Order: sequence, then C-alpha cells, then structure tokens
Amino acid sequence: MFDRIRKLREAGVLGINRRNADYTLVYNPRRLYPLVDDKLQTKRLALEAGMAVPELYGVISHEYEIKRLPEMLAPHASFVVKPAHGSGGNGIVVITGRMRKMYRKAGGLLLSPDELAYHVSNTLSGLYSLGGYPDQAIIEYRVQFDPVFEAISYQGVPDIRIIVFLGVPVLAMVRLPTRASEGKANLHQGALGVGVDIATGRTLTAVWGNDTIDEHPDTGNPVNDVAVPGWDDLLRLASRCCELTALGYQGVDIVLDRERGPLILEINARPGLNIQIANRTGLLHRLHAVERHHRELRDVEARVAFAKAHFSHGDRVPAAPA
Amino acid sequence: MNKRHLYVLSAALTLIALMVFFFKVFVLHFPLLPDTTSDSWEIEVRAAFRAYNAPVKLSMYVPRSTSQYALIDENFISKGYGFSAKNVNGSRKVIWSTRRASGNQVLYYRAIVRRVADAYPVVKAEAEPVTPVGYEGAHRAAADTLIADIRAHSADIDSFVTELLKRLNSPEKDESVSLLLGRKPDNERRIAVAIDVLAEAGIPARVVHGVRLQELQRDVVPVAWLEVAEKGVWRPYDAAKGTGKLPDDYLTWWRGSEPLVTLKGARDLKTRLAVRLIKESALSGAAMRGRFMTPGLIDFSLLSLPIETQAVYQVLLLVPLGAFLLVVLRNIVGVKTFGTFMPVLIALSFRETQLLWGIILFALVVGLGLTVRFYLDQLKLLLVPRLASVLIVVVLLMAMISVLSFKLGIERGLSVALFPMIIMTMTIERMSIVWEERGAAEAIEQGIGSLAVAAAAYLVMSIDFLRHLVFVFPELLLILLASTLLLGRYSGYRLTELVRFRAMTRE
Repeated sequence: MFDRIRKLREAGVLGINRRNADYTLVYNPRRLYPLVDDKLQTKRLALEAGMAVPELYGVISHEYEIKRLPEMLAPHASFVVKPAHGSGGNGIVVITGRMRKMYRKAGGLLLSPDELAYHVSNTLSGLYSLGGYPDQAIIEYRVQFDPVFEAISYQGVPDIRIIVFLGVPVLAMVRLPTRASEGKANLHQGALGVGVDIATGRTLTAVWGNDTIDEHPDTGNPVNDVAVPGWDDLLRLASRCCELTALGYQGVDIVLDRERGPLILEINARPGLNIQIANRTGLLHRLHAVERHHRELRDVEARVAFAKAHFSHGDRVPAAPA
Repeated sequence: MNKRHLYVLSAALTLIALMVFFFKVFVLHFPLLPDTTSDSWEIEVRAAFRAYNAPVKLSMYVPRSTSQYALIDENFISKGYGFSAKNVNGSRKVIWSTRRASGNQVLYYRAIVRRVADAYPVVKAEAEPVTPVGYEGAHRAAADTLIADIRAHSADIDSFVTELLKRLNSPEKDESVSLLLGRKPDNERRIAVAIDVLAEAGIPARVVHGVRLQELQRDVVPVAWLEVAEKGVWRPYDAAKGTGKLPDDYLTWWRGSEPLVTLKGARDLKTRLAVRLIKESALSGAAMRGRFMTPGLIDFSLLSLPIETQAVYQVLLLVPLGAFLLVVLRNIVGVKTFGTFMPVLIALSFRETQLLWGIILFALVVGLGLTVRFYLDQLKLLLVPRLASVLIVVVLLMAMISVLSFKLGIERGLSVALFPMIIMTMTIERMSIVWEERGAAEAIEQGIGSLAVAAAAYLVMSIDFLRHLVFVFPELLLILLASTLLLGRYSGYRLTELVRFRAMTRE
C-alpha cells in the first residue's frame, strides 16, 4: 500500500482531497461558482467576450412555460435539453431527430412529447441541480461534431476537456461517447477519455472506467494518435477562459462543430481527476511548474507557449523547469 | 493556505480539553471507566402507632445536608397527613398532623445520603451565655470538687472536656463523679452529666444524635455524642471513649435531648430505623464531590441536568463520534454514501433495533420503497409530490412491518418505527436517481457503502467506554473537533484512489 502511495506521489497524481484542499478551495473563490454552475451565465459571459458557444434556442424557467415547449422546439430538428445548474452531465437529453410526433434520443430511443415535458418539469424542480434547488431548463443547438472523431465515437457529441490552471492549459483529453454512455461525454457515465498531448494536439491512450484501453469499445477503431484539428486555437480559447471566469483552476469543455468551429460548452470549477489516467500523467508536477512561473506569463500567447514547451508528452514525467 | 493558524487552533482546543479532562480525572476523581462504584446509604424511619379517632401530631427529626454527608434525596410517605418542616436549633424537624385518624398508622421517612468529606461538619457556635443547672446540696459540692479538680489537671477547654469524660467513664475511682452519675449510668446519662458539669464551668455543650452508617442494619439504635463549643465552633466528643475524635461513619441527625419521634394524640408508638448501603456509580459520587469543591464546574455540566435529559445527551454526544468516523471513511478511505450524514442517523436507529435487525429492516424498507418509487416514476409526478408520496409509502411500510412482525412474534420488528423516515425517503429518492443515471451497480454499491458506514458508526457508538468518556468528559469532543479540523486540510490520497489510479502506478 505504501509502495503504491509512493508511486502515485512520484507520478504526481492529484488526489481528490488535495484537489479540493490545495486547488479548488484556494484558487476558486466561492463567489465565482455561480458563473460556471449556471450555464446560462457562462454562455452570456462567453458571448460578451466574443467566444463562440452553442446557440441558445430557449429557456424554460417555470412550470407553465412547459406548454410552450413544442412550439419552441418546432423549428429545430435536433437540439439538446440540459439543466442550467446541472452537474456531471446529469439531466442532459440529446435529441437527434424526430419520428412523427416522437423525439429520437442520441441513443436511438424514442421519447414522447409528454416524457420530454416530464423531464423538463423534473429539471425545473431541481432534480438534477446541485443541492436540489429549483432550476431552469436550457434548450440549445446540438453540435454537429467534426468528422475527425467520426470513427471513434458512438453517437453523441465528443468534447475536449482542458484543465486550465492560472490560465495555463495543463492537461487535456477528448471525451468520446460510447454505447454505454448513451451519447453523453461524461466519463462516469461510460464515455471514453483519451489523453491529448498538449504540445502536439495528438491523442494518447484512452481510459474507460478506471482502466486504460487502446480502441473504441463500440467501433473498434484505434483511438490513439488522432490529431485534434486547430489545436493551438483550442489552447488559446481554453486559456482565455481564465480571464472569463477568474477561476484559477478550471476544466473547460469545448466541442468542435463541423461548421462553427470550437464552441465553449461549459466550464467546470471542480473538474474530475480521471483525465490523469487518460494521459497517464499526474497533474501535480505540472501544477507546481505553473505555480512557479505563472507570474512571468503575461498573456494568452505566453501561457500557451509555456504549456506547449513544458507539457510535452515526449517525456512521461515532464522535467519541470526549476 | 495558512496552515499554522489551523495547527495553533487545533493545539489550543486539544490543550483546553486535556486540561479540563485531567482536572476532572485527577482532582475531582471522575471515573475513567464506566463501572466503578462509590457508596451512599439509604436511611429509613418507620413510625407505627395506633390512633383512636382523635387528632394526631407526630414530629420527627430528619437529617440535613452537612459538609460531611450530602442529602441526595428524601421522601415522606404519609397518606392523609398534613406535613410541615421547620428548623429547630440546628436540626430539622418535620411534623405530620391529621384531624382525625383511627386504627394502625404507619409513616415513613426515607433519605439517601452520600459521604462527600471525611471531616466532621463544621458548625458555628454562637456566643451564648451558659445558664448553670443549679446543683444543690451534695451534688453542688460534688460538682464544685470535680470542676476544681479537673481545672487543676487541664490547660484549655479541649483538655478539660477530655479529662471530664475520662472521669465520667470510670466513676468507681471518684465519689463525686459516681454521685453525679447515679447508679448504672448509660451513655445518654453520661453525656447529660457532662453537659451539666460543663455548664457549671461556663462551657457551652450539647448532645447530638446520629446513626452509624454501616453496610446493612435493621433496627438501628441512634448514637449520641457530645458537642462542645470551642473557639466559636462545635467540636464533637465521643462520650464513651472520652476522645475528641468521632468515627467518620457517624451521620449527624439531630441535636438536643429530645427523642427522634414524639407523638401526641395516639399510642403504642414503635419507631424503627434502618440503614442500607447502596452501590452507586462513582460518577454521581464524583459529581457530588465536584459540586462541593468547585460549584461552577458541575452546576454548568451535563451532570446537573435531570436524569431524562442526561439520557438524551448520552445519545446526542455519540453523534460527533459517528460524524468523525464518517469523515475518516469518506475522506481518507473514500467510501461513497447517500447523503452526508445519513449513515450516522441510521446508526442511531440501529441502537434501538440492534445491528442485524437494523440492516434487515433498513434493506426491507428501502427495497420496498424503491419498488414503489420505480412504479411512481411511470406516473410522471412532480418532484415534491413524488417525494411526499414516497414518504407516505415509507410510513405505511414501517407500520406494516411493525404489525406483521408483531403478529409473527418478532419483537425486534417493532423497532422499525425508530428509523428516521425523512432520511429513508431521501435515501430512496437518491438511490433511484443514481440507479437510473449510473446503473444498478453504482446504486447498490453506494447503498451498501452507506449501510457499511452506518454499521461501523453503530459499532463505534455502542462501545460503552467511549459513550462513558464523551458523556462524563464532553470536553474530549474538543479534541475530536481539533482532529476533524486537521482532517479538513488532509490532502493525501484516499484509499480508494489507490485502486482508482492503479493504472498510473504501472509502467
């Protein structure tokens, strides 16, 4: 056991206690949480900063507005319904198309208008929100994902999670939906996480559950060494989110839309830790390196350059500059 | 982060707790172990008499708290009698009276006393002029000779009294003594003569009655001794032994030469006095001692509360233990549970149901509740009405289990009523959501995790020693608080993370 602790420490693996005690509690002031916990606010902030987000089709805040749901959805063949205060991907329904009066979910299952209305009602009651408070339901554009991930995702929308610490992208992964995740990109729901080399933007090995694998479980295609298009732009976008929310330690979720390019999906103030397994790299050494140098990194370009220079995957445990 | 602040705070809390703890253990002798006992006595006076359809008045001396013996509790059992109490020159007297009584009557007085100090109680003596008895003739001469003789052999009041008692105990050597005492003097007589002679010599003295507190005694005969005013304080003298030291098992009862019970308006009085030793926990003894030594500490402690409230706190003070265990299991081990404190509350109800039955009943209620919850899911109810429906079903289920198990003769099944139903409802709701979103495996895993934590919390909270410690030394909870604060900044790996990140340790 102690041997394993020592090995984890050497690999710089960040545990949940340390993440909370030394990073989120220290670098993420509580008052900023509403900015990211409420996805409507995040969307508005990003738009004000001129960053692209999935288009908002409508918001339902009250039970009586549910009647207007069919009318609101009529112009859109596909869309996503999500709770404004959701966490961990809970309560997100992805509708890819219609079948007469029914809606077709990302998994292929059909959903009746009543069932959808019930889901929205549950969302409003706070079933999926943090702390169970009354919530709003957001209806937004369903991302048409970039074909680069076609072969290695099973329905749903793959997204890219980048951990940004003090404006410096430190670790990244692509999250690929699987049959088990029903088209959702959240790891604990069964999605596949594939590490991405910060320096090159090419994928590394993948983690499924808590294990590492090399092929997509549904399509059987290899998931490693896929180049993420526009990687430098993605890094810049992620780095800018630091100014956007003022959170020191955050996870930025970006999707690559076929037509609209990278869109900011959401920002997480308590990003998960499995990204370390996907990258086979601990976060701690990189976080320490950023803590030592972030004062010298004045703008987005400098921060991205620093990340690309030091967080290369050529060396498994990056030699942090002293 | 400012860790020093945290360390200083924790150290201060621990220090305060240890200081109070050691003071209570080493100075007040609070028992560290639950089963140590100390002694107290139950005293009973039974006065039986025969009344003849006439007003009856019975007066009885009763003991009062002194600095040596504390009166813990007393009862007066007297059906149909009016009752009053008053203080008569340093003694307490109760008077029972009735307008009309006939037939055999029995009155009881019961008291529990506990020794709080070994030293004879200090009673202040007011400076009162002593009235000589006025001996005449031969007695006068004898008294004068005796006083003059003793004066020649003594230096102060103490030696005067000792010398007098010595002579009174061997009357055959001195004619004047035997004349004053009369034929076959008993102890009472000796004391009476001593008081008279001391009065002649201008020294205030009086007789005190009491009982010896011994293991078990029926028909106790009160003992009498002498009290002499000396430098403003009444000092006791054992008339029979002629010393100024009294055994410390003498309980002071009443002063003066009157009998214990006097009866008017009835006849055939039979008084019986019994003493019984009762073993009591050392705790109440120590609390009593504390109350006399440092009044504030005990008066503002849990031991000053009524017994029923104390019982409530005996349970409540266990909650911090459970919470601490929960912190360890969740933050150091990494067990997943439904709701933060749900396992602790379930553990509290396990105290009533016992562990095995608790787990069975819990699983039964949650299992049945989940089934109903899944059925309700089809009706697409709004959240709050749905929760309320599940709550109603949970209450009905609990009632049903109680009735069924009672019919089947399983007593334990009745205790299902003690489960916190709101917590059960929320557990069912949370579990069904996890079930739906993350699958049955995850839901059952978290359910078992919660039950395991509850069982562990129950086992810790049912350790008698711990229960005793936190109740008698609630300051120890400050140490628990300090440890919890420190754990609040624990940033090491959780044990489950060793498994979770096992892929990272392979090369």
